[in-house]
Amino acid sequence: MTDEVIRAEHVSKRFGAVRALEDINLSVRKGEILGLIGDNGAGKSTLIKILTGFHQPDSGRLLFEGEPVDLKSVVHARSLGIETVFQDLALINDLPVYLNLHLNKELVGKPLPFLRRREMRKRAREALDAIGINIPSVTTEVGQLSGGQRQAIAVARSVYAGDAKLLLLDEPLAAMGAKEGGLILRLLAQLKQRGDLAIILIAHNYSQVVDVCDRVNLLQHGEITFDKPSKETSVAELLELVHAEYKIDVP
Amino acid sequence: MADATVEQQTGGPAQRRPFGVLRGLARMRELSILLVLIAVAIYFSVTTSAFNSIENYHTIVQFFAPWAIIGVGEVMLLICGEIDLSAGFVFTLSPFTLMVFYNNGVPLILSIILSIVISAFIGVVNGFIRTRFNLPSFIVTLGMSFLIEGISLIVSNGSPVSAPNTGAVVAIFGKARWSELIWVLAVVVLMQVVLSATRFGVYTQATGSNPVGAAESGIRANRVKIVNFAVCSTLAGIGGIVDGLRVGSFDPTNGGANTMFLAVASAVIGGTALLGGSGTVVGALIGAALLGTVFDGFNLTGVSANAFDVVLGIAILVAMLLNVYLSILRRRASR
Repeated sequence: MTDEVIRAEHVSKRFGAVRALEDINLSVRKGEILGLIGDNGAGKSTLIKILTGFHQPDSGRLLFEGEPVDLKSVVHARSLGIETVFQDLALINDLPVYLNLHLNKELVGKPLPFLRRREMRKRAREALDAIGINIPSVTTEVGQLSGGQRQAIAVARSVYAGDAKLLLLDEPLAAMGAKEGGLILRLLAQLKQRGDLAIILIAHNYSQVVDVCDRVNLLQHGEITFDKPSKETSVAELLELVHAEYKIDVP
Repeated sequence: MADATVEQQTGGPAQRRPFGVLRGLARMRELSILLVLIAVAIYFSVTTSAFNSIENYHTIVQFFAPWAIIGVGEVMLLICGEIDLSAGFVFTLSPFTLMVFYNNGVPLILSIILSIVISAFIGVVNGFIRTRFNLPSFIVTLGMSFLIEGISLIVSNGSPVSAPNTGAVVAIFGKARWSELIWVLAVVVLMQVVLSATRFGVYTQATGSNPVGAAESGIRANRVKIVNFAVCSTLAGIGGIVDGLRVGSFDPTNGGANTMFLAVASAVIGGTALLGGSGTVVGALIGAALLGTVFDGFNLTGVSANAFDVVLGIAILVAMLLNVYLSILRRRASR
């Protein structure tokens, strides 16, 4: 099991009286894409935030590459190679693409710590070319890009550092057209090919999940109620599972 | 495969479009305001004989030096999404805190340093209250303004005192001819380098543009803000000392809201966005120089000071419209 990048064991989390997560067990291996689905409020974002050190679990533990780990902060998680693409993208609209790619990892000179802009532009260009993202110019301000391009930049940023081991994507396909969504899915498939990266993908579009993910977990009311390889399930089954509980409620 | 996607979708360089030149100009926000400054200077030198002299240029510098020095601090704060209304009052207070130390036997240079440290501390307090309790900086620094104004009046007994006026330290901190210009240029160069060539500059922009995003990237947005509050307040303190030592007396009615508003106006006219995310330090210098030139030109031509406010108001409105219009142009140009 050395391939396992992250494992959550019996993780629970409460916010006051609200039970956000209950006894979560989950794991992802290198080169694997895990799809995490569930209704709004099921706890997906909380789970992601625990895996990225944003929140700390009340009980249970995390193992990173087989070793128990206590993620103290996002910075700590990042230092281990856990990268996240948040729902709100965390891109800086007023900064150009290349500075966004290097955000909080800016290259500076020695001994004077001045930004090495030319070098960052060059590396940004190379990185985007390498994963097949087309942006006319890396000096374009991110605020001027389309939604799909912005998402692609956000994904590129999270894997750009080169030492990313676990990539968490919080609804990267939300509010995106088919063409732009396709761009991101191709990007994910390409990242999977590298074989050294574990990916957790939160999504609402089940057909995309079944297409691109290796395994699917369903989160309901803070618990994982379903865990199957994508090949053994279908969009219809996932839809049925998610909607079943509400069907009963409808008179 | 990657190459194929890139080529197929790029469709040629965006730079060759007709908007290319305009886009380049729009990028240089400082340029448009610099052109206005030059035009105004030419106008006054043609219409007013007294304008075009070294002596008068010196007067102009004396006018705008405080606005530029505080304006630079306001640029940093505005970029990270904040504002400091109390900076003008720190400008008023710092000479008096200097005198408190100086009158108690502390050497002048040390008194100056201590006064600047206290100014910085006021900024830290502003920033701390702003970030810790999540109060809008407008409210926090408004309260701080009254507080500091009151302290200035108490410490000074409401009347001016004569400033130390001999020695090298006095000369360096304002007494020497043109020393205020050297201070202005030093502050502008230093802070423009900080803004555009250091990681802190990037963090300042990121914090103002997308605070949540910046925090999620691991940038300590609150710390960035507190540092910038401290920078603004420090500069205001330095500005107050330099201005007071130049004049030769410390006046509790100097500075205040008027100086603060002119400093903010300089920043905004210079192209800094009021809502954060972008701006330039050099722009604040040019904005302040423009205001100083207009102020001086009106004095020379005998136009009343009241008309200056009208021009100032129009200048701010035009600058804001220009900002908005240019950003639309830029967006269009990059499509």
